[in-house]
Amino acid sequence: MTAIRPCRVGAIVLRQAYLLRGSVSRVVPLFAWVAIDIVLWGFITRYLNHLTGGFDLVPALLGAVLLWDFFSRVMHGVTMAFLEDVWSRSFLNVFGSPLTIPEYLLGLVTSATVTSAIGLVVMLAIATGVFGLSFLPYGAALAPFLLVLFLFGIAFGIVGSSVVLRLGPAAEWFVWPLPALLSPFAAVFYPVSTLPGWMQAISHVLPASYVFEGMRAVAAGQGVRWGTLAVSTALALGYVALACLVFARVFRLVLRTGLLARYSAESVS
Amino acid sequence: MEQVLAVAGLVKRYGERPAVDGISFGVARGEIVGLLGPNGAGKTTTIDMILGVLAPSAGTIHVAGLDLASRRSQALERTGFAATYAPLPGNLTVAQNLRIFGMLHGVRELAARIDELVHELDLVRFRDVKCGILSSGEQTRVGLAKALLARPALLLLDEPTASLDPATAREVRAKIRACVAGGACGVLWTSHNMYEVEEVCHRVLFLSHGRILLEGNPRTLPREHGMATLEDLFVAVAREPLALEVA
Repeated sequence: MTAIRPCRVGAIVLRQAYLLRGSVSRVVPLFAWVAIDIVLWGFITRYLNHLTGGFDLVPALLGAVLLWDFFSRVMHGVTMAFLEDVWSRSFLNVFGSPLTIPEYLLGLVTSATVTSAIGLVVMLAIATGVFGLSFLPYGAALAPFLLVLFLFGIAFGIVGSSVVLRLGPAAEWFVWPLPALLSPFAAVFYPVSTLPGWMQAISHVLPASYVFEGMRAVAAGQGVRWGTLAVSTALALGYVALACLVFARVFRLVLRTGLLARYSAESVS
Repeated sequence: MEQVLAVAGLVKRYGERPAVDGISFGVARGEIVGLLGPNGAGKTTTIDMILGVLAPSAGTIHVAGLDLASRRSQALERTGFAATYAPLPGNLTVAQNLRIFGMLHGVRELAARIDELVHELDLVRFRDVKCGILSSGEQTRVGLAKALLARPALLLLDEPTASLDPATAREVRAKIRACVAGGACGVLWTSHNMYEVEEVCHRVLFLSHGRILLEGNPRTLPREHGMATLEDLFVAVAREPLALEVA
């Protein structure tokens, strides 16, 4: 196996940095949509607090929105970095270079880490500064909560990229709604027990559901469930490994079918 | 002479249909080999396999002695590629593109190498211009600069002068010939311009239906097959490949 060369990973990250630096239309979406989401849900939460007569919904509701948006930003961070290669039709030059698949994926993940961190900082600033959301009750659990969602976002970003690589550029429309498709099962706003049995079964294999269950437990003063947090971390790591295997398998397939060399339309194979 | 490219028994099948059908050839350091043939003959399929973006159904490819199948990264570090159908990302400037692809190829003293190439290929004034707004000829020169960045042992050029005006095409040919004359690299060159092939290539391979039909010196090959020019030979290969195969 070829050793990972930092300069090749750096080239993928630098490409993203150049694109961001030169394009307002790429920079604004990094924080604009999540900021709008936090503002919207912040006011909804305020109104619900007023209706419930003092019961504070901010940690459970606004905290959930913030964490779910973070997951979505991570996932889209990976797929956006990949789609830049699709849109600029540079597969022949990129994959006809010494770049390896682990280096390419590491480059996408590093780019997504930076772009999602920007979104997270903006969300935190608005949620805490304007709507009084405090993560202090979560204490040391906040880091693993974010880590699990980060890993899960990376996994789905890589899977989304694999789908586009396999089915062609037109398949990018499968990628954008993925977080919305997952959200009912991830139990972002309600306990898993609310779901019917078959949905609960799916929910239990999604690491995100453990994060939101854990978050609600902390908000309700039940303390951090470290055991379930460990399960969700293991699940998330498993998803990342599986996603990398899927991408590598799809890459081998498109090498064999010739799709990579003729990557400009929908797959015909 | 050291072989920078050794292709043996290369096959690419799509289902039952062979696009490349068991070809073997080599390119030596200091040699320019023309890969000729009508559309659909298998030239680009062959180049794609050597570039590692298409998996062969059978056969082996060695670049500078490195097996592409087992040592892909190392082999591609020694390979430069340029084609008019594979432009560099248009949303990045010339300098940004060269920097990124230089990093991908692990080029040392990259800034100095980029400086050298933008001067050599007359790209200085386009250095900070986005590639997407360059003319096709200018984009071809940028692609060539990218291909030469890592001082490759093997240069794959798929119709490198297709969109250039005659003066620029002549300069590009001179540049590549100078690179080869120094013994720095070997070149596999596809072109439909037979005048260019005759001028530049030391040896040509005629492909038809995925097989090598003829091989030889482009200046003597036409006469050996009773044709006046290389273009006549090309047309004959395109129209009646079987007749030539029997001959």
